[in-house]
Amino acid sequence: MKVKVISRSAEEFTRERSQDLQRVFRNFDPKLHAQEKAVEYARALNAAKLEKIFAKPFLGAMDGHVDAISCMAKNPNYLKGIFSGSMDGDIRLWDISSRSTVQQFVGHKGAVRGLAASTDGSILVSCGNDCTVRLWSIPGPKIADLDDASENASNPLAVYVSKNAFRAVDHQWDGNLFATVGAQVDIWDHSRSEPVTSFAWGSDTVVSVRFNPAHKDILATSASDRSITLYDLRMALPSKKIVMQTRTNAIAWNPREPMNFSLANEDCNCYSYDMRNMEQAKCVHRDHVSAVMDIDYSPTGREFVTGSYDRTVRIFQYNAGHSREIYHTKRMQRVFCVKFSCDASYVISGSDDTNLRLWKAKASEQLGVLLPRERKKQEYLDAVKERFKHLPEVKRIVRHRHLPKPIYKAASLRRTMADAEKKKEERKRAHSAPGTVVTVPLRKRRIVSEIE
Amino acid sequence: MALSDEEDLDIKKYLRGENKGLKAVKDKKLRGQLTVREELYSQSAKAAAKVEKWLLPSEGGYLETEGLEKSWRIKQENIVHEVDILSSRKAFDIVLPDLGPYVLDYTSNGHYMLVGGRRGHLAMMDVMSMNLIKEFQVRETIRDVKFLHNDQFFAAAQKKYSYIYNKVGTEIHCLKENLFPLSLQFLQNYFLLVSINKYGQLLYQDTTTGEIVGHHRTGLGRCDVMNANPFNSVIALGHNSGKVTLWKPTSANPLVKMLCHHGPIAALAFHNNGHLMATAGMDHKIKLWDLRKFEAVHTFKGHAKTLDFSQRGLLAMASGSLIKIWRDDSGNSDYQLYMSHRMLKGYQVGEVRFRPYEDVLGFGHSTGISSILVPGSGEPNFDTFVANPFETSKQRREKEVHALLDKLQPEMIMMDQTKIGGLKSGSRAEEGKSKEGREAEMDAALAAAKGEKRKKKTKGRSKPSKIEKKKKETVIKAKRPFIEERVKEEEKRKKQKVSEMQLPLALQRFARSS
Repeated sequence: MKVKVISRSAEEFTRERSQDLQRVFRNFDPKLHAQEKAVEYARALNAAKLEKIFAKPFLGAMDGHVDAISCMAKNPNYLKGIFSGSMDGDIRLWDISSRSTVQQFVGHKGAVRGLAASTDGSILVSCGNDCTVRLWSIPGPKIADLDDASENASNPLAVYVSKNAFRAVDHQWDGNLFATVGAQVDIWDHSRSEPVTSFAWGSDTVVSVRFNPAHKDILATSASDRSITLYDLRMALPSKKIVMQTRTNAIAWNPREPMNFSLANEDCNCYSYDMRNMEQAKCVHRDHVSAVMDIDYSPTGREFVTGSYDRTVRIFQYNAGHSREIYHTKRMQRVFCVKFSCDASYVISGSDDTNLRLWKAKASEQLGVLLPRERKKQEYLDAVKERFKHLPEVKRIVRHRHLPKPIYKAASLRRTMADAEKKKEERKRAHSAPGTVVTVPLRKRRIVSEIE
Repeated sequence: MALSDEEDLDIKKYLRGENKGLKAVKDKKLRGQLTVREELYSQSAKAAAKVEKWLLPSEGGYLETEGLEKSWRIKQENIVHEVDILSSRKAFDIVLPDLGPYVLDYTSNGHYMLVGGRRGHLAMMDVMSMNLIKEFQVRETIRDVKFLHNDQFFAAAQKKYSYIYNKVGTEIHCLKENLFPLSLQFLQNYFLLVSINKYGQLLYQDTTTGEIVGHHRTGLGRCDVMNANPFNSVIALGHNSGKVTLWKPTSANPLVKMLCHHGPIAALAFHNNGHLMATAGMDHKIKLWDLRKFEAVHTFKGHAKTLDFSQRGLLAMASGSLIKIWRDDSGNSDYQLYMSHRMLKGYQVGEVRFRPYEDVLGFGHSTGISSILVPGSGEPNFDTFVANPFETSKQRREKEVHALLDKLQPEMIMMDQTKIGGLKSGSRAEEGKSKEGREAEMDAALAAAKGEKRKKKTKGRSKPSKIEKKKKETVIKAKRPFIEERVKEEEKRKKQKVSEMQLPLALQRFARSS
């Protein structure tokens, strides 16, 4: 006879000294974990509820400008600073952590319409309605940290005057060039007072410009004639153009997939395009109820933020048709500019009410350093939420957002209109010969023409 | 080769069901995501199988015979003599002749034992160190005892009410909702204390809030045979009529009624896997049931007053002073006698309970409590986050908090637990199409329309003829949408038929619709 029974000595299964960590044993046998799926579902539900409880995205307003904020620029070299320009010609550098003005840049006579910082973080370019382009030197981080440096005005390094008012400016990535747009597209060098090159295609005003983050010679512009144009600086002529049904207010390139860019359009939607194939949009991002004024990608390239005339800020996933988040406050008016911070954890919006507002990119995220255990727990909860997100109870809680009444009504009205249109189309199709009524997908529908 | 087969089996266990195939998913994006997910599942299953093979610290117990020796002839003294000193202490006899017969219960980690003597003796023991923690007299009949979620609280079914005591013996609650309780069960994940009383009333009480979650009258008379299915927390009751009924708190009728024996049910128990149930009847039969098919898999002859399955699937039964332990060698519930143990003549074994995570069977009898060694009964490797026999007080507190956070709702108790978190099969449209459902809906609408009360109106508008006419109109109105729907569907079906005939477009309208 051979016999063995389970025999555990306490020394093997407990810690030796009180300073040691408790010993943990795992057995993943499904028999021991009865009802594990139900427990995970309960956890997902609780996590969804807690997420709602902790969703406090608004961190604070930065007050100082006396007119509406028209444009903002990030300093790619310095995380805490942000530049803002207002309609009265004031440019300010803000310290985000203390939410105060570090420096003012005085000079513009009319509205500032464009701001851009060079990639090395040394030069700030601004342009405005007073037909001037101004170059400013950006103070180093040490000066920016000084509190008493506020209200300290600096003079521009250079002022270039042109015949026409400017609408936007953007700086090349890793280079000395920058582009201004207005009546035409001008490419400037830091050290020259005249544009190096000028492009014009059509006679309408160009309203926005963005350089490609991966290829420094490529830029995209949008114009009042509802067109989006791609330029290559190595060629004498613009390379590609599409005309949409409504005007595009802003452009942002996806930093992770630099052939893709997204547009903020007047028709309340955002469109993501692949620059190699502009016959149709890759994705249409719907949710805003009024013109989208500005758009900016997160440095991760997985989501972007938009600001709209409907007084809300929304965050979209790069490939999702609807927004994952909406931010609004009672006092925030029409949003003219939005930026994702360079660490992808904050969103800054500038609006008509002269304030910059600082938001968390993830509404319920805990700020500050997380302990490894906290982080793991958070990751686990995110995973179970993801797993059960399609179940009605979890979905309802995760999706729910409180909306201001006007926006709620406008959204439902737009939905009704869209439904009616769809129904009409269906009926038309049902009562005509098969194949005669062709439905154009929304991704294509808004493109009027494509010009090479 | 054999090794890899074994590994495959383990992987299969950890996969928790087969992949149904993703070809049916039409959405490319979703299919991509699901493929990635499946890949992850298989990776984690492989990793878990490897962990099981190489990293688990302990091995299970065994009893191997040599030559003509039979395992059921081996005496308990011989086993105790063979094993190490620590284990030999686990077999004991405590003789308490005055206050018996005894019932007992273990905590889920097997660290503590609770015993209750019929004549009012309650005691709690630390069976790991063999210390008595608390012992007291309630001077009242005790019919059943049960630990709640940990060793800090326990419930006792006494003469008239159930009581909840804490570890030091203070009475915390007196549960007056169920008079004369006969048996108790505690559902771990749900924090529900279930009791069945002398009148056959089943009561579910939430121990966190004190709320009564379900109170059902079984209508089948006195009942003291109750057990919970560990797999889905469904409660099974064995009745005097030979029926076994399965219950959940949210429905007043049993989920299942099955006639198991021709005579009263004496005991029932559930296997860990949730689909094997053992019942013993007064008709001299012990049956094993497959709960997926509701069929008796095996029927044995014999009496049993009490039954219990161990973590590894051993079945213990006792009648009179004889305890038998059965084992399933092949894995298809082909149970055969494995061990037997006889107490002194005249002892009546009242309740057998396997101790979790140990090779020990504890039982209460008419003159005290005893325990014997049953090699191979317990799960050798515990999971710290499920039940930890070496739990410190800090870990216990933390676990309590987490258990409360993860508490399940009573509605989630159902026969097929895997349905939770899944999707309904068939679209909503299809569901609406079922003929019976639609007819029932129509009947309900008609009944509502007929039952409508009319206002008394003046100036001849309440004439009997008019009232009659109005009544008919309301009925027709209520019927109309259903009839319209039916007509529409019929048309659709006809159209489908026509298109099936594959006529040219121009001729389709002439196709006869039959």
